[in-house]
Amino acid sequence: MTSNRGPARLTDGRGLVVIRGGRIVDPASGRDEVGDVWMEDGRMIERPSDAREETGGRRPFVIDARGKVVTPGLIDMHVHLREPGREDKETIQSGARAGSAGGFTAVACMPNTDPVIDNAEVVHFVLERARQADIKVYPIGAITKGERGEQLAEIAEMVDAGIVGISDDGKNVDDPAIMRRALEYAKMFGIPVIPHCEDMNLSAGGVMNEGVVSTVLGLKGIPNAAEEVIVARDITLTELTGSRLHIAHVSTAGSVVLIREAKRRGIAVTAEATPHHFSLTDEAVRTYDTNTKVNPPLRTARDVEAIQEGLADGTIDVIATDHAPHTIDDKAVEYDLAPFGLIGLETALGLVIARLVQTGTLSLMDAIRKMTVAPARILGLPGGTLEPGAPADVTVFDPDRQWRVTPDVFLSRSRNSPFYGWTLRGAVEYTIVDGRVSGWAMPGGEKT
Amino acid sequence: MEQVQLRSPHLLGLEELTREEIQLILDTADSFKEVIERPIRKVPALRGKSVVNLFFEPSTRTRISFEIAEKQLSADVINFSASTSSVAKGETLRDTVRNIEAMKVDVVVIRHAAAGAPQFLTRCLTHSVVINAGDGAHEHPTQGLLDLLTIRDRFGRVDGLRVVIVGDIAHSRVARSNIWGLRTMGASVAVCGPPTLIPPGIETMGVEVFYRVEDALREADVINVLRIQLERQHGGLFPTLREYARTFGITPERLIHTKPHAIIMHPGPINRGVELSTDVADSERSVILDQVTNGIAIRMAVLYLLNRGGDDDVE
Repeated sequence: MTSNRGPARLTDGRGLVVIRGGRIVDPASGRDEVGDVWMEDGRMIERPSDAREETGGRRPFVIDARGKVVTPGLIDMHVHLREPGREDKETIQSGARAGSAGGFTAVACMPNTDPVIDNAEVVHFVLERARQADIKVYPIGAITKGERGEQLAEIAEMVDAGIVGISDDGKNVDDPAIMRRALEYAKMFGIPVIPHCEDMNLSAGGVMNEGVVSTVLGLKGIPNAAEEVIVARDITLTELTGSRLHIAHVSTAGSVVLIREAKRRGIAVTAEATPHHFSLTDEAVRTYDTNTKVNPPLRTARDVEAIQEGLADGTIDVIATDHAPHTIDDKAVEYDLAPFGLIGLETALGLVIARLVQTGTLSLMDAIRKMTVAPARILGLPGGTLEPGAPADVTVFDPDRQWRVTPDVFLSRSRNSPFYGWTLRGAVEYTIVDGRVSGWAMPGGEKT
Repeated sequence: MEQVQLRSPHLLGLEELTREEIQLILDTADSFKEVIERPIRKVPALRGKSVVNLFFEPSTRTRISFEIAEKQLSADVINFSASTSSVAKGETLRDTVRNIEAMKVDVVVIRHAAAGAPQFLTRCLTHSVVINAGDGAHEHPTQGLLDLLTIRDRFGRVDGLRVVIVGDIAHSRVARSNIWGLRTMGASVAVCGPPTLIPPGIETMGVEVFYRVEDALREADVINVLRIQLERQHGGLFPTLREYARTFGITPERLIHTKPHAIIMHPGPINRGVELSTDVADSERSVILDQVTNGIAIRMAVLYLLNRGGDDDVE
């Protein structure tokens, strides 16, 4: 299936670009005002004194952003791009294009590829592929060789090659001694350790949240405790080692409490939540739609509420998608047999606005913070701000435009979204990476 | 009776059925019971229709019961079991059933280890009727219906009775279908077993939970005993079958303080001496073989009602 959306590459990144008259929301500087944003040769700049639009001089490429929101380029610090190994699900190029369509100018890709990103060679491969991609792709390296949880991967070499964090995402590091050493070892690079917290004995065989719905459906459940016992363990180990922990895809109310308490005690822990975990409950599984099968699983309304509270009070620092593409064939099977994961890059912004901003849970400023400067700081990435000197990574979106999620809007190679039929709010119009402008059209949208 | 119809083209579970729909199935089954007693047990209701029994899990009584019901309704019957099929060659369930449907099958009866497999089939198929013959730990609607019919036969009603289900509730599709059906028909339902075999939130289905079997049985009119599987012991859900039998096994001693008219049901196959002692299984209280006979009437009723084109009647 092909998408009915753009892209149009409008500039090559050289020269002047001005975004006129938009609402500028830049959490790093606290700016929230209507104005112009300038960039030149791939960098954000102040308004140049010799810029001319009508009278000769230097003519900028002009984007009319009246009624639109202009933010630093969105950053998704948790995606699965499937390359190398499962290019039928996604490639670095297709995933980056989906990211661009979703307003992202940078993503960090998880290492559970085939082969695993657990050595410098694979890091080089990913970065080489990323050079042709529409947006910036930062690899995350594995904590342990092959993500097998037995022996540390060659982390120093991977850091030299360009990784921005380490994670065995998709798998828990079962042995607490290995996790302790990983946390200690990572300290010398200043990179975060990003655990996928899941006690594999407690979750064994589970395919959805354990609770009333799993009881009714007769599906094996994964209890909240499977996540929480490891969140508690990893916080304790972070305190022991004085290292830096970033907890991936928090899904339970209990995890939010543990992280809040850890932060209060001054432990260097940050956390992320996904749009599906703040938007959907396990009620969505009732039809046995395998696009609702995701790990950690969709939880209860109480958990969704706690995630939203955690986002609102700053316990959860980052919104990340855990974009996990799977082919139609992979998902068109019995619920028990389907792989975990759903695509998220192209629905994230629409869900953030519809489910968090419009509802008053987060200000637009705070929501954008969790998708720009917060992940940039955790991973030590350039960007995340519109301040002069920063890379010219900018997102322009129409905050009022509504659009309906249908299979043909997606640019991802996969279609496994649980949001079909939903009406989202906020349509990306331009994604600018190092000054290169891509224009996106969202068909069928309507202004409200 | 003819005003009421089944709303869904499929039978996936008892959760979705209304009181009127269940009533209709039970009443229709009653009229088929008479057919079963005839010397020539055959009616033409499904003549010219093809029914395929897709059994992806081992089953003896349910498969035979469906097959007898189908044949007595004059359907053409095709049996399929996973071991002899292309499933062994790695074909997906979706492809398997789409191929079967392309052979112009009217009804697909499916037994599958994965909960939700029948729902999945309804999305794969374009015109066939899907009947759930047991999906994982989700539902086993014809078993629930035959249990209701057996209870109604004995008491003349279901409304107001107290039914206790004893055993492995967590892994039991029979328990779930029974709970939905019994609650819809006005019975009060309790479940009893060790907490490791009681699934979370079961109370929200409208049942009471007991851990002491003596307490659970006291007010029971119906005691439905579930099969306990050895693999649950290996899963660490209870220490030994021996301890399970001592703690939850239904024995004559445990029945002393129950209502004298209380009946014993079991979906089979029985582990004699584990969940049910032989004396109880073969006692006057036991209606276990009535359940088996009623299974045919219920399956005939379901097949008939889901294939009723218009004016043809039971006679």
